[in-house]
Amino acid sequence: MTQTVSDHEVAAVVAADERRAERIDRIVGLIQRQGALAVLVVVVVIGSVAFPNFRSFDNAATILIAAAPPALIALGMTFVIITGGIDLSVGSLYVLGGVVSAYASQWGLLPAFLAPLAVCGLIGVLNGALIAYSRMAPFIVTLAALLGARGLMRAISDEGSTTYLVENDAFRAFGTGSFLGIGYPVWLVAAVFALGMVLLSRTRFGHAVYAVGGSEDAASLMGVAVRRTKVWVYVMSGLLAGLAGAINAAKLGSGVTVLGTGMELDAIAAVVIGGTLLTGGAGTIAGTIAGVLLLGVIQNMINQVGNVPSSYQQVISGAFLAVVVVAQTYLVKLRRVT
Amino acid sequence: MSEATAVATRPAISPARIRAWLPAYGVYVAIALLMLFNVLFTPNFLAWSNLRIQLIQMAPIVIVALGMALVIGTEGIDLSVGAVMALAAALIPLYLGYGVIAAIIVSLIAGVLVGLINGTLVAKVGLQPIVATLALFVGGRGLALVISGGQLKDVRNEDLIYLGSGDLLGIPVLVWIAALMVLIVGFVVRRTVFGRRLLAIGGNRPATELAGVPVKRVLITVYVVCSVLASIAGLLAVARIQSSDASAVGLLIELSAITAVVVGGTPLTGGRVRVLGTVAGALLMQLVVATMIKHNLQPSTTEMVQAVIILVAVYVARERKTR
Amino acid sequence: MALLEVVDVSKVFPGVRALDDVSFTLQAGEVHALVGENGAGKSTLIKVLTGVYQPDAGSLRYRDEAARFDTPMDAQRAGISTIYQEVNLIPLMSVAHNLFLGREPRNALGLLDEGRMHREASEILLRYGVTTDVRRQLGTLALGAQQMVALARAVMIDAKVVIMDEPTSSLEPREVSTLFGVIRDLHAQGIGIVYVSHRLDELYQICDAVTILRDGKVVHTGKLADLERIRLVSLMLGREMSAVRREGFTGFAGGHATAADAEPVLKVTDLNSRRRLHDISFSVRPGEVVGLGGLLGAGRSETIKAIGGAYPIDGGTVEVDGRDLKRPTTVQAVKAGIAVQPEDRKAEGLVAGLSVRENIALAVLPRLSRFGLVSDRRIDEIVRSYMDRLRIKASGPDQRVGDLSGGNQQKVLLARLLATRPKVLLLDEPTRGIDVGAKAEVQSLIDELAAEGLGVVLVSSDAEELVEGADRVVVLRDGAVVGELTGDRVTTEALLETIAAAAELEETNE
Repeated sequence: MTQTVSDHEVAAVVAADERRAERIDRIVGLIQRQGALAVLVVVVVIGSVAFPNFRSFDNAATILIAAAPPALIALGMTFVIITGGIDLSVGSLYVLGGVVSAYASQWGLLPAFLAPLAVCGLIGVLNGALIAYSRMAPFIVTLAALLGARGLMRAISDEGSTTYLVENDAFRAFGTGSFLGIGYPVWLVAAVFALGMVLLSRTRFGHAVYAVGGSEDAASLMGVAVRRTKVWVYVMSGLLAGLAGAINAAKLGSGVTVLGTGMELDAIAAVVIGGTLLTGGAGTIAGTIAGVLLLGVIQNMINQVGNVPSSYQQVISGAFLAVVVVAQTYLVKLRRVT
Repeated sequence: MSEATAVATRPAISPARIRAWLPAYGVYVAIALLMLFNVLFTPNFLAWSNLRIQLIQMAPIVIVALGMALVIGTEGIDLSVGAVMALAAALIPLYLGYGVIAAIIVSLIAGVLVGLINGTLVAKVGLQPIVATLALFVGGRGLALVISGGQLKDVRNEDLIYLGSGDLLGIPVLVWIAALMVLIVGFVVRRTVFGRRLLAIGGNRPATELAGVPVKRVLITVYVVCSVLASIAGLLAVARIQSSDASAVGLLIELSAITAVVVGGTPLTGGRVRVLGTVAGALLMQLVVATMIKHNLQPSTTEMVQAVIILVAVYVARERKTR
Repeated sequence: MALLEVVDVSKVFPGVRALDDVSFTLQAGEVHALVGENGAGKSTLIKVLTGVYQPDAGSLRYRDEAARFDTPMDAQRAGISTIYQEVNLIPLMSVAHNLFLGREPRNALGLLDEGRMHREASEILLRYGVTTDVRRQLGTLALGAQQMVALARAVMIDAKVVIMDEPTSSLEPREVSTLFGVIRDLHAQGIGIVYVSHRLDELYQICDAVTILRDGKVVHTGKLADLERIRLVSLMLGREMSAVRREGFTGFAGGHATAADAEPVLKVTDLNSRRRLHDISFSVRPGEVVGLGGLLGAGRSETIKAIGGAYPIDGGTVEVDGRDLKRPTTVQAVKAGIAVQPEDRKAEGLVAGLSVRENIALAVLPRLSRFGLVSDRRIDEIVRSYMDRLRIKASGPDQRVGDLSGGNQQKVLLARLLATRPKVLLLDEPTRGIDVGAKAEVQSLIDELAAEGLGVVLVSSDAEELVEGADRVVVLRDGAVVGELTGDRVTTEALLETIAAAAELEETNE
């Protein structure tokens, strides 16, 4: 019968379709994962050719030490965004953490680290609990936390008029010293990132994070503890912002009470440029590293040029963000349609 | 069956009733209580000089919140309003040389462009509103700083300063403008095809699409209106402080605006816009801050209290999916 | 020994008795077909079985003990797994990660053992005929393969009962036979399977027993082999064969005066949509009611939506009054005079939070306004006239549509469609979920509209309604036209025969 012939034909077409789908999937996946890295390499090459001062070990160390605090914040943000949320409070928590850390440094090295972690972690718990248990939108909860944390920071610094100096020598030494020519904070951040990578890709918690962002309903039907997972990512985000603040305090030797630093925006930009989907469910920490470094390198190059306002950085972040977000929607669609 | 009669026979006061009533009208009760407290315990609170300051401070927030209310009515959100204010503020001094009208037009055009970008990303590309407006939230202020060279510029144009600091019939021009915007937006929501369509989109987008309403066009227009209102607020801010500071104008206004809208009883889930409620929401937040300052509480405390109020308002109004 | 028992379960939702004293027994090692049209109570029953809903009355017994499942997780832990029609996995995660989510193998350090996970995933999936790279994102797989992953996952967690809700609706024939192979394996292992499908050929191939639901009640249960195919269809669609001599049960008067030579007001030619619709052609003359018949999933709703611009089409033409609309958008379709009443009133029809007035006027605001300003006077005139004409019972035009009864909601939706002064009315299940009185009213309204010269396309799962309401019935199956009933052949008997015969034909070809 003709039926069987057409069945064979159909099977052949299906197989060809399948092969094509797999190929497109691989290419698109590669772009999504490694796109930021590729752009980073290109930018570094251009920078090395254009600016003689750019391609020195010292400059690389400068870029890394400058990128250390934002990298930590971006790490926390990566977890949050993969669950499909967003944490706008981290900029405030970062400043708060710095002030708390500088204040606590009078009692020693350990309190200088632990106090900001405790304070910022607690605000993270609040964020997470409100988002997970009362179905309030992440952006509004964390925007309120931004305001609250800022108020708290101002309250403990006499309305921002008191700048606490770091009293502990060991803490100062941590912030300014270096090992093998690279600052201690960079080593610490590298270690935290290594832990973060293992956590995200090699533990059940990490997979739960992806599942929650991929589809909350399906995840809960599959037995994932959706709420607990959500609380934890906001706690992590708070902790990491606090740690970033502590590192900054150690670096500068004081808790600086600047307002509206926009750190949360830089972190979101770095994460998204690194290939993490703002809608949740996909993303990598390696991508976030590439995103952070890309923004750091661009900032460094802007400084090299001189007389260019550093606000170009934000414009470039925003532009990158827009391009990446739009490109991602099409890439995701492309993957699906096939 | 006769559900209409079932509604009528429900008891007048029930937990369900209160739950439905609180988000919409709680704000007015709170304002009344706060006013009463101030009349009793705050000296000179009702003095015109004090009320005048409160109204002037409120005006830009109200204007931005009106646009935000429209966007939220379509089940959207616009995080870029603060950046738009900064952009408008940065553009003003550059074009004042061509006359105040030209400067205003340029800053309004900037608002239109931003709105077109946001709206297109939401309506045509299909991004979530929060994602679509994030790019300008991140980059918009930077762009404003680049345009202004990162410097604070004094503005000496008499006409412009009149808009920000002048009086008309004893009431600040700024307040007149905000009131006018309230009237216009209220009229648009209530009486125009556009207003009714945007509510329908927020209520049920697929149904509205199937009814033959040009949903994409309406959505883009909503984002344009929101951005234009933000740029009006931006140029008024410049007119009021008589200088253009792109790093400070409209900072965190997205939070104030969203708060005013939500406190005023407009649900974040769309389908309804309370214009008067939005004004009341802004007024309540203003009163809270003013009351605390009058009673010698530090700005830091007011910030923390504001944060709590926002959370409470959103909590009270949050969607209940139990049906 | 009964594996799972449902005893006299009732479930009531506001306005509907979704399950009415339903009893159902699943034996171990049995494939039990659960059939019924939309709204018959199938999905409610499944949700009761899987812990999504709790019954208002009656009880569950599982493995000879009284059981109660408060959440879907409870049911899953007890060994009841469900494969939903829409795959309920995480599309952005890899195949292997989906398969093992929450139960990932770990090494001595407590870290996930990716190598083992991939190896085992490949092995397991091979048994389900899935040979793809397990590191691929699940969402990029064909739907059939995704379905298999879901099934593999369900069986992996020691399921005793597997509920399959329309598992083959998105499968290729090749995949269907793989699925059947898997089902036979499960069968042999003593696992009980509840199989929900509308494809009769499949039911007869794979199922041992059948329970038929209609309007929330069990109308038949027993061995499938003992049940004749045509009788199964008649039980599902609501008429005993002996009672097919109709006495005019519906509000339809029957027969519309149509000039046989009139030019068609709507002409659909070779409508195609990827995988869903295949070369659908039919036409409707002014004053004619054309029914679209077929079982659930035959492509009736898709056809209607495609005509209204709300469903993507790859090819074919839609002509209104001889003018080709060239793949219309919804906006263009409404302008051209096409009015679509979607099947899902809540999701796609009405804006529940807005008033009766807003809903009726929604589609015609430009006509009722000048310079963008709406004229409340003109809107009220229109709204009043439709509220009177359709006898919409509401406290007034300001009442929220969400607070109205189903019948009145449907009338509001029809009023909105009529206000656009359409030439063609496409109605998808216009009387579903509304009470008897409103039903008759809606039916006589359809008659009236046809008499006024509108072309009407009517989709209904109620065989009676379709046959009495329509002048002609076009029967669809799997997205293609398989027959047309005209003149004296427009009878319930003929309709059921055509549907059953189409299934039979398909089977002999395989």
